[in-house]
Amino acid sequence: MYNARQTIAKRKGVLAGMVAAVLVTGLAVPSLAQRDPAYEAARSSGQIGEKMDGYLGVVGAETQDLKRLVDDINIKRRAVYAARAQENNATLEEYAISAGCQLILKTVPGEKYQAPDGQWHTRMAEPPVRDPRCG
Amino acid sequence: MRQSVLRTRKAGMAILPVTMLVGCINIDAPEQPIVIELNINIRQEVIYRLAEDAASTIEENEDIF
Repeated sequence: MYNARQTIAKRKGVLAGMVAAVLVTGLAVPSLAQRDPAYEAARSSGQIGEKMDGYLGVVGAETQDLKRLVDDINIKRRAVYAARAQENNATLEEYAISAGCQLILKTVPGEKYQAPDGQWHTRMAEPPVRDPRCG
Repeated sequence: MRQSVLRTRKAGMAILPVTMLVGCINIDAPEQPIVIELNINIRQEVIYRLAEDAASTIEENEDIF
């Protein structure tokens, strides 16, 4: 009788532990989501850059791999922009450009970004050249 | 013969002011390069209004930004 009770108590403990583990990992996953290594590498090597419209672009010669990488992220960005734009009573384009302003500002030295003249610039230590509407 | 001379004169008089005008118009090439205006109808106020929300959206979706 005692043994049976103990076993049940043990099982309950294990179950509680499992639930806790699922909760912890479940909550931790979104905040731990980092850039894919291939994406990070393409950014830092200047093969892809941040455009003024809030999306990524291929800077030099467009390879299939780079196009796929950029398209994949841009599709995901578009979905996020669309949802947030609706929430804020704005158009998709308005929201994307507002994000683009900040994404260009957030580039780190060595990365590429599109300047108001449409040309690709390499981010230096000084602030990037941005559309005057970015404020 | 006379009529055709008159007609030629009339035509000449009509062309004269036009040629004079052409001589006066000067078009200078812009000194600054032509700038691509991305969606000129999107105003600064709108971009500013959305800035805070866009910043948190970027932070919450680190993998795609």
